Amino acid sequence: MLRIATLLPDLLGTYGDGGNATVLVARARARGIACEVVEMRRNDAVPTASLYLMGGGEDGPQRLACEVLRASNFGERVRDGAQVFAVCAGLQILGRHFSVEGDDEFEGLGLVDIATRRGTTRSVGDLCAKVDGRLMVGFENHGGVTTLGDGLVAFGDVVRGRGNDGVVDGFRTESLWATYAHGPVLAQNPWLADKILESALGETLEPFTSVADRLYEERCRELSPRSGFEDRRRDPH
Amino acid sequence: MSSGLSLRDRVAIASVRGVNWVSRALRRGAGTVAGGNIGLKISPHLLVSLARDRTIVLVSGTNGKTTTTALVAAGWGGDVASNTTGANMPAGHVAALARNRTTRVVLETDEAWLGEVVTATDPAVVVLLNLSRDQLDRANEVRRIAERWRAALATLEPSTVVVANANDPLVVWAAGDAANVRWCDVPTPWRADAQSCPRCTLPIEFDDVRWHCSCGFAKPTDLTTSLRGHLIVAGRTLELSLGVPGVFNEANAAMALSALHELGVDLGDALTRVNAVSTVAGRFSVRAWRGRRVRLLLAKNPAGFDALLSTLRADNDDVWIAINARLADGHDPSWLYDVAFETLRGRTVWCLGERRLDLATRLDYADVDVRVVDDLDDLPTSDDPVTLFANYTAFSEWLERSTPC
Ligand SMILES: [Zn+2]
Repeated sequence: MLRIATLLPDLLGTYGDGGNATVLVARARARGIACEVVEMRRNDAVPTASLYLMGGGEDGPQRLACEVLRASNFGERVRDGAQVFAVCAGLQILGRHFSVEGDDEFEGLGLVDIATRRGTTRSVGDLCAKVDGRLMVGFENHGGVTTLGDGLVAFGDVVRGRGNDGVVDGFRTESLWATYAHGPVLAQNPWLADKILESALGETLEPFTSVADRLYEERCRELSPRSGFEDRRRDPH
Repeated sequence: MSSGLSLRDRVAIASVRGVNWVSRALRRGAGTVAGGNIGLKISPHLLVSLARDRTIVLVSGTNGKTTTTALVAAGWGGDVASNTTGANMPAGHVAALARNRTTRVVLETDEAWLGEVVTATDPAVVVLLNLSRDQLDRANEVRRIAERWRAALATLEPSTVVVANANDPLVVWAAGDAANVRWCDVPTPWRADAQSCPRCTLPIEFDDVRWHCSCGFAKPTDLTTSLRGHLIVAGRTLELSLGVPGVFNEANAAMALSALHELGVDLGDALTRVNAVSTVAGRFSVRAWRGRRVRLLLAKNPAGFDALLSTLRADNDDVWIAINARLADGHDPSWLYDVAFETLRGRTVWCLGERRLDLATRLDYADVDVRVVDDLDDLPTSDDPVTLFANYTAFSEWLERSTPC
């Protein structure tokens, strides 16, 4: 039984982020793998799970979510080997500190050596990144500029949009996956959903075709550099 | 009234009318925004001048503003100036006010523009319906809109009555500093954007009747309108028998009637006229397309979509859904994952529009049987009626493509 926990969807869940859980469950069940999703709401303890999902959120709720998680044993669960897939505000919370609502700095969970400050502009639009040789297509809507600590590996190389800083997007550690592409990025990138499932299950999955493959091909055709689109990397500073 | 207008204003008004007449004659759209923009260029305070000495109602909110505006206009009776084409920013307001110089005015107002329009028009009544996620790639964050409303409404004199939804914490926060508010207790099922308190960010607790935060921010108790089974406005019980469908439209009608009561309109007369409205700018209307009867529903954000899905009859109407992601729709169709499409399980849904693959993927993951329609010729022919849900620009296309029944 694969247990997936959505962390604080009541605080971190704008922009259809909940879709990531829907996609993972559907793709696991399509392979005959028993799978369930549990939700951790504000007053709940952190449930046991092999994969945690974190969404995006508006400024106030993001801060509140961070406080709730800091007071919980989420950090221990991660250190015990659970996987985490985080997007947008979820990405920022995992780091050392982040700025929202102007320039005030808030302490993050400190599970990874990243820091996020407020950029001078908001980045709203398509976000594409090369991840392990494949194109990830998505959409971003955030005002953060994230700096990775020494030796930390980015999730992907930005080919369109801003991601962390216009050059790379997100980060990747043994247990943490994070991108600025907000939910439901896994709906648009079925291969990425399967990669995360494989990592959480510790096994290789059978191939599975669905209408999502057509969507991915279409988005790639429209957004990839090869289709004549020019690199519009923006300077976030 | 023209005596109060400067020469500059009069030139500007003539230009608004001229440009809009030409643009209508050339069939370049509904002819509202182009002329309004030129008028505002000639006289930047044209909206102020045109609004002077008139009784103005503004209607704003994420969902239901077009319908509520139409219900206020109909319920008022007689000649009412209104921006019926949905051009709900100042250029559209200027055009509506220049086109019809009657003293009674109701203006649908874009959420992001409400503050400016309140300041410019000195309204008699401001109706605040609800606030939820909608086109977040354009408007960014719904809480910022609530804050901007709050700042603008705090400047109002008591002569302006704010008619506000008491069940939407973001609306209550927005109206909280206004001098004169009538609170309406109307059904508001969408709560996903009001989980944390707009005042202090702590959790808001909801039960069936009330909501509150531990900081003291809570649902108002001095309610003047209530819609719980039956409608009571200012102590009077009214029998709603609307021509437009859904509980959400009953909430819209309740707020429209509250606004009309504040204007001194007899509630009985207003109710008869509001009940008689059956279609608003093509919405809810049954149209004909290639021999099929198609019920057109505009569904452009999660709260609105959920409300409309609940009006879907249990019978075997075919369901078609058309989704685009142009500027007016918002470029990001992620919101489809916030719609409870699981209620369509057991049906086959035909997926249309430029983002039909995003839609089909969403429905497929919700276990709904899908058909991706790359060509309209692939749509099934049959005598059964169709319910078509479409977001903004897709809705316009279907309105144009179909004919009245
Ligand atoms: Zn509070």
